[in-house]
Amino acid sequence: MIHSLFASYDAYCREIPRTVAKRIADLGAEASLFRFHPTLKKFHPLNFFSNPAHDMMQENRSCSCAAVSIVGIIRAPRGDGKEAIVLVTPYNSMSPDAGEVLSLGVAYSVFSLLTRVTWLAKDIIWLAADSRHGEQESVAAWLREYYAPIYDNTGISVANLCPADNLHELKESQVSGAKPLESFRRAGTMAAALVIKVVNGNEDVRDSLSIYAEASNGQMPNLDLINVVNYLAVHRQGLHVNVGKLKSLLDSKCLMMVGQIIKYLGNLARSLHPQGGFGVPVGEYVEGAATLASSLYAQALGVPTGPHGAFRDYQIDAVTLVISPKASQHNNVTLNDFLLRSGRLIEGVIRSVNNLLEKFHQSFFLYLLTGPSKFVSVGVYMVVFALLVAPLPVVAASLYSDAVQCDSKSDTTDTSSHSKHSVEPIISHSSWRWLHAAKTVFVIHIWAVVVALLPCLISEIPSRTPTRSLLAWISLSIFSLHIFYTVLGSPFSHLAATCVHSHEWAIFKSVMIAAAFIGLAIMSVVNFATAEIGALLSVPLCLMAHPLKLDIRTRGMKSLARITCNVVFAFVLFPPIAFFLVKGLFEGFNSINIGHFWNWVESLWLWNSASYLYLVLVQLPCWVLCIHTLLHPC
Amino acid sequence: MADLKSILSLLILQFIIFALVSASSEEAKEEFNEELLLKPLPDRKVLAHFHFDSRANLSTSNGGYHLHLFPKAIYQLVRYMNYNPCMQAIGNLSSYGDYRRASIFATISSSGRFKSFKARNLRKTIELESFIKMLDQTRLARINVTEFRLQYIANAEKLKIFAQPFHSQFSRVHKFHIREMELSFTQGRWNYERWGSFDPISSSNAKPPGVELWAVFDAPPPKVDALWKNLTHTLSGLFCASVNFLESSTSYSSPEWGFRASSGSLRYGTLPREAVCTENLTPWLKLLPCRDKAGLAELMDRPSIYRGFYHSQRLHLVSSDSASDAVLAIQLEQTLTVVLQPVRQTEAKSFKAISAMQPDWSLSSIFGRKVNKKCVLAKSSNVYLQLDRGLVSQMKNIWVKNMGTNPDDAAFKGAVRNPTFELSDAPDKVIKEVGNVENEESSLLYVFCIEKHAETKPFDLALTWKLPVVWSCSHAPLLANRFLVGSGNERGVIVISLKTINHSQSLVCTDTSEGRCALHINIFQVVPWYVKVYYHTLRIFIDGVIQPATNITTKMRVSPSEDKVSPGMLELALKFPCSMKSAALYLDFDKGFLHINEYPPDANQGFDIPSAVVSFPDFRSSLNFVEDSQPSPLMSRLQERSPTVAYTEVLLVPLTTPDFSMPYNVITITCTIFALYFGSLLNALRRRAGEEERLLKDRANRKLGMLPQILQKLLARLRGKPVDQHQQPSSLPSSTKHKLIFKVTLVALVAIAWHYYFR
Repeated sequence: MIHSLFASYDAYCREIPRTVAKRIADLGAEASLFRFHPTLKKFHPLNFFSNPAHDMMQENRSCSCAAVSIVGIIRAPRGDGKEAIVLVTPYNSMSPDAGEVLSLGVAYSVFSLLTRVTWLAKDIIWLAADSRHGEQESVAAWLREYYAPIYDNTGISVANLCPADNLHELKESQVSGAKPLESFRRAGTMAAALVIKVVNGNEDVRDSLSIYAEASNGQMPNLDLINVVNYLAVHRQGLHVNVGKLKSLLDSKCLMMVGQIIKYLGNLARSLHPQGGFGVPVGEYVEGAATLASSLYAQALGVPTGPHGAFRDYQIDAVTLVISPKASQHNNVTLNDFLLRSGRLIEGVIRSVNNLLEKFHQSFFLYLLTGPSKFVSVGVYMVVFALLVAPLPVVAASLYSDAVQCDSKSDTTDTSSHSKHSVEPIISHSSWRWLHAAKTVFVIHIWAVVVALLPCLISEIPSRTPTRSLLAWISLSIFSLHIFYTVLGSPFSHLAATCVHSHEWAIFKSVMIAAAFIGLAIMSVVNFATAEIGALLSVPLCLMAHPLKLDIRTRGMKSLARITCNVVFAFVLFPPIAFFLVKGLFEGFNSINIGHFWNWVESLWLWNSASYLYLVLVQLPCWVLCIHTLLHPC
Repeated sequence: MADLKSILSLLILQFIIFALVSASSEEAKEEFNEELLLKPLPDRKVLAHFHFDSRANLSTSNGGYHLHLFPKAIYQLVRYMNYNPCMQAIGNLSSYGDYRRASIFATISSSGRFKSFKARNLRKTIELESFIKMLDQTRLARINVTEFRLQYIANAEKLKIFAQPFHSQFSRVHKFHIREMELSFTQGRWNYERWGSFDPISSSNAKPPGVELWAVFDAPPPKVDALWKNLTHTLSGLFCASVNFLESSTSYSSPEWGFRASSGSLRYGTLPREAVCTENLTPWLKLLPCRDKAGLAELMDRPSIYRGFYHSQRLHLVSSDSASDAVLAIQLEQTLTVVLQPVRQTEAKSFKAISAMQPDWSLSSIFGRKVNKKCVLAKSSNVYLQLDRGLVSQMKNIWVKNMGTNPDDAAFKGAVRNPTFELSDAPDKVIKEVGNVENEESSLLYVFCIEKHAETKPFDLALTWKLPVVWSCSHAPLLANRFLVGSGNERGVIVISLKTINHSQSLVCTDTSEGRCALHINIFQVVPWYVKVYYHTLRIFIDGVIQPATNITTKMRVSPSEDKVSPGMLELALKFPCSMKSAALYLDFDKGFLHINEYPPDANQGFDIPSAVVSFPDFRSSLNFVEDSQPSPLMSRLQERSPTVAYTEVLLVPLTTPDFSMPYNVITITCTIFALYFGSLLNALRRRAGEEERLLKDRANRKLGMLPQILQKLLARLRGKPVDQHQQPSSLPSSTKHKLIFKVTLVALVAIAWHYYFR
């Protein structure tokens, strides 16, 4: 099954589109070329939840930068053409590496097999996507043309602006007599999509397969798709399957210790009740934890982990399969074996999807992976989040009621000595006490919105570097905060003017906690993983916050500990610092550059990730308000 | 003995056949023709088009009831009778003995409603006659009878003696008043691009996937719907298909001119999801006089014909009733169109690159069978081999290249061996297309008469290619495609795109009446009600530029959908400029919500929008051959000037589907909550705290067990207090608690000890 496509790799390096299209046509399938331009990615503050089709940029493009993808379609012989399965192989047409060419070879061999099978019920689309402008971009451009072709005011479909240059003029196929049309070709509703990539440099003795499934904003494909791939890869082809895991967690001592404790407890439980499935080996536990952390992080980030992310925007289940052949692949026999195995795997997955009458709907869409065949479902991880978040409203309520009671007591004792008539107005005043605190919280949140929109301004600055942009962002934020204080009044100025209630800070804290709670709850609907990580970080800070002045005044062991905790939390949880700490822990502190944070944030908004909104609109004001509480002059 | 028997049976069979043939020839009222058209397709496939044609001319004056060749089931669809069954019934009755205690059931159906009459214990023939007469006079005179069925059951033998149709003497009735009807079962899609879209076969035999049924009724408009409903049920039973789902008014529509010209009596319905299989083919074959036992139908090896790329089985019925000479002419056309891929022996084994040569084929290699003999009941039995215009011109080129001379017509026609391919049998006749445009080649038709070829050995036509040839089929001016735009569960857009196949060539001028060239196109589209199309959003793009719809549309008929009552229907007549390269029609729609019981079992697959029909009224696909004295049905069909028709793809719209397990979850949760609530409520209501305390105190006072007493003493000693026999009531619960804890620990200890002991 080895194909001359791979053999002729050097000769056809520049003519891949033409060669592949001709081969597709020779197989009797329909071939067409899809030419597209990269869309200019810009910061669009209002585009986070909008349809991806609407952020098309109408730029003046030159034809030279147009990338060309090849689309081959097999019409199922007896099918009705209502549904299709998509196979994607990204390759860089400018400088394809050996892995990309091998992935084209694998896809071609599967495709040629599928042209002559009898069981096909759904059409097969093979998209050899030109990843000159990015893998995701090429797939997204094709999907955009497939599902939402845009006619601009001159009315010409954006994708086909350029006249056909003679590089892509294809000769009539010798076999079918069908001309590969320049026009865009379609085939029914997509049932599922598989992205195939081959990478080199696997140290393992076995061929291994990595599954990437996270799409934008933590959306996942149906678990059944992952299960099908995993089952066929492990039990049929004997591949070593892994899903993304945080490598640095694998040899962390702390995790190992927790694992040992759990193993010990599990053994104990098993000795009492042998039938119960207790006892997890330490290695397995550590691996599962690392995978879980990686899965949680990838979902929370909201940036797709591969070209499959573009499909999820159109509600199509898709995964990226990265296959890496074992180290010695120069041998022809092992290469043959690799092609055979990966081809069989893809054929098996396609056949499984092909045989489905309905689209995937039975299994989970909300889950975290802890291994290729293990997962945590929504019913389980919801509990953790609920337990984390539940203290917030309780604490807010208790703080507020305590403060109001104490104050009204002191007020009444004060006022009773003066006159008995002024009790009622004072009570009504105390019940509206939160109004001032709420105003402060509101101002901070307005400021956060301004901060969120600042990158729009910064991106206009000419000749900017990431470091300079970040510094500009921070300084502009501080400047705007200052303006807000001067215009709307500092929270402390009010306190200074009026007579100070001893429990003013408690009311302030309770309103802040309530705001944080609302933010977390809303985020948990949009992207659960972000909310979960955010809760882990901000809940302790919110609960611990206590004015430093009070603690210093009391001078006890307990207050000393609280001061240290608060200072550490306040330092660590400032978003850039938290980012650098995490990065430093995982990658070493040597490689840290201040500009990295800017790059990271930029990637968030370029991918329309809701995590950016969370970070700036919930996490940042929460941190600022906590700082306010700490510095409260009570 | 066995030999003798077989000879005898053969003789009898022969006699019967002779009798049948003689009878048919004598009356010359019925006729059956079988034909097969083979055509090599450009993409290495072969088109096989079976055409069976049965006709019956029944004079209405002399009964004409007994049918020799024409299928009775079809005849009964357009039944037309005026004999008097009363007499026959009585004649039959008298031949059976005991009818004294018999009952007579009579059923009259009148536009769907059945009325039954019953008469018990008829003693005499006279009574029966009078009963019928009574019915005749009282009832039949008043109501419009479409069917009258009489059943006689003798009690003694439980025999159904006869269930003959009966019609009152002077009402001349058709059963369904069908003037024309077509039913097709199709699997796969016709590839308009590669297999051609501008020839008679593609425009009349390329059908949408699933079932398509349309019928023209010869009845006043208010009655048509009832007739259609009955017809769908009859066909459903006849062809083992779920045609009866077309009964519901949400699934059929009545186009006026978009599909074909008719005056309100046409009904059209499709079932895109119907699976087509042998169970539909078998009843279809039963309509043939020789079934698949002899003749061309013998070739229909089920695995072969269902393995093909396209399979369409069609039944076309035309009945004409001329009142002047009282003759009912029924024509039944049964066609089976299959596109098969000949298997190359070497290619099937290895995965080597495909060579440029077309694969050779023969009847036995594509069907796995040969034609042994013709169907003796058929008037003619022919096999045709059609060569496309493109192929003929390629052949001429090759001829010129090889021979150096331009082939003269006669030589070219007669040559079985030419440089391009070789045929195994010499054709009986070669017919050339005439009346074609000057610069184009004309297609050729090789005729093989089965009678001659299958005399000595089974007929197995084989075609062997000698040189690689590339050609393309003739195309309609525009290629129609349809697709959906948009994602999500809320709304979407249906797009019908029309494109020229050759980008370089502009459209053929068809209508220059108004000084500028124009191309007329009709589009007919039915949309189910849950896809709510907004017809006012129709946007027409020509070459990518939006055009006002009023400039393009010449005629438009829209019947908007009504929820759960009728589908939406759009008939459009468009006039495009000839310079056009491509056009697109955009129609916005909203996705509706279905009631939970309206979802099919496979709701998560999505819902189908049936194919749109795009027809080119000015482009009439026909192949004019040199006029025979009497053209065969297939030939006359090919010569008929019918408008070019193309069907678009079926679309799949994913609708919002509820979680069907939700009711179960809700019931479970609600029940749990109710149980908890009522349990605790009842517990709180019926508990009497004072009473219980008193009881507990009593029990403690009366008897403390041995072990607790010791324990109490022990505890008291540990605490350093004297044993207080008269304890305070408040301390009582604490002692019971200790007791409980002690018991539990004891049991746990015993369990652990037991466990370790036995390990």
